[in-house]
Amino acid sequence: MFGSYTFDWTPVWNAAPELLYGAYVSLQIAVLTFLLGSAIAFFLALAKNSGRAILSVPANAWIEVSRNTPCLFQIYMLYFGLGAIAPSLDSYSSVFLAITFNNAGYMAEIIRGGLKAIPPTQTRAARGLGLTAPRAYLFVIVPQLIPVIYFPSVNQFIWSLLNTSLGMIVGLNELTGVTYSLQSITFRTFEFFIVTAALYYVMVKIVTALGAWGSRVLLPNATKGERR
Amino acid sequence: MIVLNNVEKRYGSLEVLKGVSFTVETGEVLSIIGPSGSGKSTILQCMNGLEPIQGGEIIVDGVSVHAKGTNLNTLRQKIGIVFQQFNTFPHLTAIQNAALGPRRVLGAPKKEAVERARVQLEKVGLGDKLDHYPSQLSGGQQQRLAIARALAMEPSYMLFDEVTSALDPGLVREVLETMKLLAEDGMTIVAVTHEMAFARDVSTRVAYFDAGNIVEIGPAREIFANPAHASTSAFLSHIQH
Repeated sequence: MFGSYTFDWTPVWNAAPELLYGAYVSLQIAVLTFLLGSAIAFFLALAKNSGRAILSVPANAWIEVSRNTPCLFQIYMLYFGLGAIAPSLDSYSSVFLAITFNNAGYMAEIIRGGLKAIPPTQTRAARGLGLTAPRAYLFVIVPQLIPVIYFPSVNQFIWSLLNTSLGMIVGLNELTGVTYSLQSITFRTFEFFIVTAALYYVMVKIVTALGAWGSRVLLPNATKGERR
Repeated sequence: MIVLNNVEKRYGSLEVLKGVSFTVETGEVLSIIGPSGSGKSTILQCMNGLEPIQGGEIIVDGVSVHAKGTNLNTLRQKIGIVFQQFNTFPHLTAIQNAALGPRRVLGAPKKEAVERARVQLEKVGLGDKLDHYPSQLSGGQQQRLAIARALAMEPSYMLFDEVTSALDPGLVREVLETMKLLAEDGMTIVAVTHEMAFARDVSTRVAYFDAGNIVEIGPAREIFANPAHASTSAFLSHIQH
């Protein structure tokens, strides 16, 4: 029941280039923070599992803070908080670093869970062959880890893509930020947010489809090579 | 030659090895027998440095395994180890499993690594399973794959850690046959085993191990025919009847 409200899609249509550019910024931040976060996560997971306090305590602190506080607060801390003690960051950098921080914490736990699924005897067999520890990881552990963490990682990527919408709060022109300023100029709030929601939905659908396609390309042996 | 000199190993307060000493001569096949949980497997895992020790010394070809500065990765190239649970790499085919060592440890070109792997797989009777994944192989085939994987490194020593204990009775024989072939080829072998027939017929010497130490060690026939210690004869009569 929309009563007297008349939809006017023209301003949305005219703003298509801005919206698509916003979507591009969102996607760019999501991809880069996911890749960087995952790389950091690998070392966080190893550090937490290392059994050495000098490594495991800081790694655990990172994982705890990043997973147990809202991502919005993490962005705030970098954008407003950091300025109190150090040169302040621009909105892109603070969103980028905060989501990387957040992704790294979540991915670390996904990787740690995955590592638990691989019997420690695999490492033992690899080392017994004479492989160095890094090579044992590279050629024996990681290839078995990827099928285990693949789908949880796709999930985490989707989560971080949607998290980029928090950039609006610090004035970043990602998809939500662009939408917010356009609707405040045109007063076509409803139209803009409907279209933006649809854009997010489509982006996530594309990611999901790519994820399913990637699983067939990257994990052809996921079923053939499964552990007895 | 592998020399163990008064080797001590503890897990916390649990003493597993209580000053173990013996020597493995080049070319011999030494079987270590004894009750389960007596620390037999631990000896093998210490020999290639997979387990640290708390006392004594293990010397392989003049190199002290646990000394600071010993390059364990280099040392392990000449000590192959095969485990009770196969530990084949499930994401790799048989040929990839066996080529991994030559390729990634020795740095051999891919073609050469694959060739070395193929030779060893044929030797253990898996020449027709090169492109099979471990999950497509039986337990006995997986264990033979694990043997081929170790052999592809062309080691001087082979350590067998209860390699038939996890197998169905019907599959034990094919693995023992493979080990016997190796012994006949002159490979130096240390085998922790519950297969008394293998210990008696294939090994040159047998060590009876109990409660953290070697009780007696000697020529296989002697140990089986005339065990010097009461605990050895008790174990042998128990296991053979």
